[in-house]
Amino acid sequence: MTAATLFGLCGAALVGFGLYGLVTNPEPLRKILAFNLLGSGVFLVFGVVSRRAAASGLGGDPVPQAMVITAIVVAFAATAMAIALVLRLLQETGRSTLSADNPGGTDTDRGNS
Amino acid sequence: MTILSVFDIGLVVLLLGIGASTIAAREAFAAVIGFVVYGLLLSIAWVRLSAVDVALTEAAIGGGMTGMLMLGAVARLRVAKGSDTRASLPARVAAGVLSAIVAAGLAIAILSPPEAIPTLAPMVMENLAQSGLGNPVAGVLFVYRALDTLLEKVVLILALLGVWSLAPDNVWGGIPGLRVYARPDSTLTFLAQLLPPVGIVVAIYMCWVGAKEPGGAFQGGTVLAAMWLLVMIAGLTSVPSISQTWLRVLVVVGPVIFLAIGLAGMVLANAFLAYPSGYAKPLIVAVEVALTLSIGVALGLLAAGPPERVQQQ
Repeated sequence: MTAATLFGLCGAALVGFGLYGLVTNPEPLRKILAFNLLGSGVFLVFGVVSRRAAASGLGGDPVPQAMVITAIVVAFAATAMAIALVLRLLQETGRSTLSADNPGGTDTDRGNS
Repeated sequence: MTILSVFDIGLVVLLLGIGASTIAAREAFAAVIGFVVYGLLLSIAWVRLSAVDVALTEAAIGGGMTGMLMLGAVARLRVAKGSDTRASLPARVAAGVLSAIVAAGLAIAILSPPEAIPTLAPMVMENLAQSGLGNPVAGVLFVYRALDTLLEKVVLILALLGVWSLAPDNVWGGIPGLRVYARPDSTLTFLAQLLPPVGIVVAIYMCWVGAKEPGGAFQGGTVLAAMWLLVMIAGLTSVPSISQTWLRVLVVVGPVIFLAIGLAGMVLANAFLAYPSGYAKPLIVAVEVALTLSIGVALGLLAAGPPERVQQQ
């Protein structure tokens, strides 16, 4: 097995971990984190595609590499936006949960805190 | 088995272990710390895949900036009331099966590569000399796929607008709610005095060398942002209010110059974002310098968050 295949399988497993965390973890912040893990797994698979296409004396195809750089930046922008939304939710409701019927707290403590 | 393949296997085991721990950890704080470590390890994996430009970006953004944002969020979310219930066991099993199927599908795709692997590397190298650049990734970013790069910077500005627009009406145009830890005798203050001169030189170097070697505007801009955030968090400089004109000019100057050169290309080189022959490299370096500044300011402000206080006159 080549190093590229090994990292590719690692990326595939990371996508699985990230997807599982995204679905099962109820906390919004943990969902964002899992989503980032999923994304990094996809990028890693893309990196393997680039590595396998090495030619012309380069270690990898520069086109997928440039696309991954753009992707990392866009993922960061989305993460920053998502975290700001979670913090705003906390500011408005004093809670940070996505569930409509909050089993842990009562609805009376809504409002600005 | 060579020493390198042992290294790769160890790296993959660490990546998977720490990646899984960020999902499984009970405490959000532990998960975020795991994520930062994971980001740094992942950048080593990128070096092993011969993608040093990506490794630099991953270390700066994936580990550093995202980690910092998440740590700030964890600190604030401590006061959150009410706890979420974990998904029920059948739901978790179903999610596990779904995730395993997706991962297996990807693994099959990885294990069965096509006979002839498509590559654009020869085409990139063929025309790279014309642009005067030595780094093929910079060539792709600023010549072949310049529109992607331009739009990526626009996405950053849009995200910043989105974050700002979450501010309540009464503090619009105010000061971002970055947590400041101003203790004159702390290690943080010492580091905030010691690191910025070095960091700024590193940022300028990364931006400059990006044309020839791995590096570039984004990596340089991230280092600049980190230095700015460091001095702001240590309380050595105040957090500026978002209504400052200089701040807004700095945020847009990079994309505006990029766009202006792109539009000039329509007249001088017969295509949008094309460079007149012979002037490609100086124009690209000019764009990179302006972008480094804009990215630094935009990232710093994204990390600082929406305005929370009104500016005191």
